[in-house]
Amino acid sequence: MTEPVVQIRDLRFARGNRLIFDGVNLDIHAGCVTAIMGPSGTGKTTLLKLIGGQLRPLSGSIRVNGEEVPSLGRHDLYRMRKQLGMLFQSGALLTDINVFENVAYPIREHTRLPEALVRDLVLMKLEAVGLRGAAGLMPSELSGGMARRVALARAIALDPMMVLYDEPFTGQDPISMGVLVKLIRELNDALYMTSVVVSHDVAETSAIADYAYLLSNGKVVDHGEPAALRESESRWSQQFLKALPDGPVAFHYPAAPFYDDLMQGG
Amino acid sequence: MNSRTLEIGVGLFVAAGLAALFMLAMQVSNLASLGGDADSYTVTAGFENIGGLKVRSPVTVSGVRVGRVSAIDYDTTAYEAVVTLSIDSTYNAFPNDTSASIFTAGLLGEQYIALDPGGAMENLGEGSRIRLTQSALVMEQIIGQFLYSMAAKNEEKTSEE
Amino acid sequence: MTLMLDAIQQLGRATLDFFERLGRGHLFLMQVLVSVPATLLRPRLVLRQMHSVGVLTLLIIVVSGLFVGMVMGLQGYNTLVDFGAEDSLGVLVALSLVRELGPVVTALLFAGRAGSALSAEIGLMKATEQLSGMEMMAVDPVRRVIAPRFLSAFLSMPLLAAIFSAIGVYGGWFIGVSLLGVDDGAFWSQMQDKVDLHGDVYNGVIKSVVFGFVVGWIALFEGYDAVPTAEGVSRATTQTVVHSALAVLGLDFVLTALMFGD
Repeated sequence: MTEPVVQIRDLRFARGNRLIFDGVNLDIHAGCVTAIMGPSGTGKTTLLKLIGGQLRPLSGSIRVNGEEVPSLGRHDLYRMRKQLGMLFQSGALLTDINVFENVAYPIREHTRLPEALVRDLVLMKLEAVGLRGAAGLMPSELSGGMARRVALARAIALDPMMVLYDEPFTGQDPISMGVLVKLIRELNDALYMTSVVVSHDVAETSAIADYAYLLSNGKVVDHGEPAALRESESRWSQQFLKALPDGPVAFHYPAAPFYDDLMQGG
Repeated sequence: MNSRTLEIGVGLFVAAGLAALFMLAMQVSNLASLGGDADSYTVTAGFENIGGLKVRSPVTVSGVRVGRVSAIDYDTTAYEAVVTLSIDSTYNAFPNDTSASIFTAGLLGEQYIALDPGGAMENLGEGSRIRLTQSALVMEQIIGQFLYSMAAKNEEKTSEE
Repeated sequence: MTLMLDAIQQLGRATLDFFERLGRGHLFLMQVLVSVPATLLRPRLVLRQMHSVGVLTLLIIVVSGLFVGMVMGLQGYNTLVDFGAEDSLGVLVALSLVRELGPVVTALLFAGRAGSALSAEIGLMKATEQLSGMEMMAVDPVRRVIAPRFLSAFLSMPLLAAIFSAIGVYGGWFIGVSLLGVDDGAFWSQMQDKVDLHGDVYNGVIKSVVFGFVVGWIALFEGYDAVPTAEGVSRATTQTVVHSALAVLGLDFVLTALMFGD
């Protein structure tokens, strides 16, 4: 197997006094769709921000394309980010310019292409996500699913080598969810990109992922191909993937014994 | 927002701001009425007492403003205040026996220097000294003198009786 | 005993928080100042912000300037006429506007109108991950978003203050000369006699430049440092107005003491 695009070793990261990652090891291979799954609040988004260099870890190594991200200077970091596309949960479209300008934004910022070429490129990207007709709309006029597709068109505007998806399926109706699932897979294969999908939507994510990591309590609990994971012996994986209400992740938030609590009320 | 209207808006705004600054400089402040010190000449005058005279106080002749006070010093050998007057060079034909007096504009107004041209043949020039001066009237002194003279009169009256 | 310890602990934490924020604010300012030259190469960005920061604030400045000048004219006349000194009305109006009211009231109005809008805008951009998004697109948000806004606040303030003062002088003139019968010549000539270009007009401009700098800084920092929630943004907006007002009035005292305190 080739050298992984992203290689994370022994990553530790804390927010305030709370340790979010405690020794995470992770490999993301070129050309694959890698899923990172876990319950809400396990710091999946934080992981993407660490890969993008927006946050710095307490210790450990994050290598993207062989470069150690936490030790990159500002200039090199920005150079590296030009090869990354990131799809934010909210879309993060710039609200004061229309869809066309949003997709054109990274192209205009980083290249000096003639206007006609910029137009062609933007229309190509919008066509790829099926929203060429919406080029003139403002972000406030888009539905959540459309906004996410526009953001996707923007993320691939500069033909990045890797796209990071932050919870792409959350809060989507089944149709737009289906569209996004299809888009992520197709774009990955057609553009020979690498995709990282962070999500807690097990079914959709498993459907397109080549490889999956399960995160919980700051550690990688399990990893493997999605089909293999479903047969995993780990009780935690079983609970998460099959959505069981009780298991290693207790139904109850930690509390004093119920009886004691009741008695205190007198 | 159309980018043309935006540009026009900003252009008008900047123009209005600069026009307002220009108006403040020319119309409100003394830039227009009294140019810089470049075309003026200075003369000095000694006063026994300058009262409330300040730097930048006006210098007038027959009520017409011709310059301003540019410095005030104290001469420790002659024991008097030395006032430097900066006079606009268009008014360069004052006889050198011109006298300078410190007056008060109105009852509570500020103090200014009034020049009174004499009759000599030679004129004041750069660095000349005005010899004839009349000090500021200090209110306390006047009142003091007034009271003193009243008291003296009263005494005369009582002694006559 | 524990109550007192708690209180001391709280005080200590609040002090540390305060200094942390102060430090962050200054680091932020450095970052912005470093980015300003790069912004000058993209005048379109600044132009757009000049519009939203300057042009849209113009109306409130013009109207307030007019009324402040008119009030000054009326109040000044009523006071001065008792001393028979109503000819000095021009001096009174012009000096108070150029030295104090112009820069200070403009800065306060600016903080309320443009400053709060800047904070809210930046705070919302942060809350909707637009700033993060830019960073991930390898676009520096400080350079692309913050610096142009800072520069336009800095450039707009002296212009707005000058407009305020000029309009105010005409407002005072309108009341004093047109309505109350002060002599037109005396109004202007006394004013020109007493108002000094260097001492008064320049110092007023310097004040407004300083205020533009400070209000722009506070507004942008509050927005940039806002907690990215609806509550955080509304708090940032309020803080901007409060902190700007305090900073402007405090600085005004210091500047006045430095300039006119001889």
